[in-house]
Amino acid sequence: MASTYSDITKKALWKENPVIRQILGICSALAVTNLVANTLVMGIGVMLTTAFSCLTVSLLRNIIPVRVRMMVQTLIIASYVILVDIVLKAYFPDMSRALGPYVGLIITNCIIMGRCEAFAQSNPPLLSFYDGLMSGLGYTLVLTTIAIVRELLGFGTILGYEILGDWWTPWTVMVMAPSAFFVLAVIIWIVKSVTEKKDAPVKQSAKQEVQVSGD
Amino acid sequence: MEYFGKIFIILLSSILVNNFIMSRFLGICPFLGVSKRVSTAIGMGAAVTFVMALASVITYLAYYFILEPLEMQYMQTLAFILIIATLVQFVEMVIQKISPSLYQALGVYLPLITTNCAVLGVAILNIEEGYDLFQTLVNGIGGALGFTLAIVLFAGIRERLELSDIPEPFKGFPIAMITAGLMSVAFLGFQGLIK
Repeated sequence: MASTYSDITKKALWKENPVIRQILGICSALAVTNLVANTLVMGIGVMLTTAFSCLTVSLLRNIIPVRVRMMVQTLIIASYVILVDIVLKAYFPDMSRALGPYVGLIITNCIIMGRCEAFAQSNPPLLSFYDGLMSGLGYTLVLTTIAIVRELLGFGTILGYEILGDWWTPWTVMVMAPSAFFVLAVIIWIVKSVTEKKDAPVKQSAKQEVQVSGD
Repeated sequence: MEYFGKIFIILLSSILVNNFIMSRFLGICPFLGVSKRVSTAIGMGAAVTFVMALASVITYLAYYFILEPLEMQYMQTLAFILIIATLVQFVEMVIQKISPSLYQALGVYLPLITTNCAVLGVAILNIEEGYDLFQTLVNGIGGALGFTLAIVLFAGIRERLELSDIPEPFKGFPIAMITAGLMSVAFLGFQGLIK
């Protein structure tokens, strides 16, 4: 497979974005997006875990027997999640408390397992590391967008700085659980309608070509 | 008596007020994945209830009788995920032997439970809240019942959604999310039950 760095970047950030295109890792995408700061920390955690897990899996890809690879991947991912958890607890105890169980739950985030299985298993280490980093970045970008909308409308602030003065009446619902569903739904809706417009002519011409060749 | 009151509150809170799907966002993947038919949703709910109750108890025992005496609490995540994976495999084998019909009905959903973050989530939450063994069991069962309730209700709505006329870009995931959001608003109504 001849994947280049720019290819990977484009795929991870837009064409095959893990959250909005593949609907992976939704649990944490909904849970931690009430404040921008929480989201950024969570995003960095996921990015590092994905990148280093991919690197390790890729380095070991010729040694791990195919049959037990899922188990080995889980163990690798779990070790990095524990590292992230310990670092957070030691240096940012407040943040660690705010994120609660969701840091530990990075391990069940399907994005990491997905990248390990789909990419790192059959690609060289550096490329895999980059791929993991970019997938994590794609995840972080979508989450940050959700968080910006929720914090801005819910508190009138971004990262704790007041943006929308006193006249703004905060939407309490934005702070609570349901809004996470709504905001993510709207984002995916917008992305879908934009891309479907773009893809539609291509699909039609492709269909015509098939028909022509079929004749 | 006071103890039973507390048990009752834990049960109520894990089923309704802090519903795993609607307010904690745990287990969204199976929630969206296996909610196309009410019958499969019920099967999934049953399997999750079983695994979650067992997993709560076993992770509790592992934490307090193995990890804590060895002062290895930081290995919690790793130990729990291994326990859950083993447990799911074990449950799968037992059900296959004892009741092949049930095994057939649950099908692919059994192994999928390993990646259900609600199971790991309930294990971690039990430890964080400092519950005792019985409270852990109640919280595990309650959480799973809440999960079942939400997924069955959601499947019921989705069966009807398939018949309705939805704008093209809104089909599939976005409309499912909006539905889930509205259900989540409804579940907010339970917030007043527990102070």
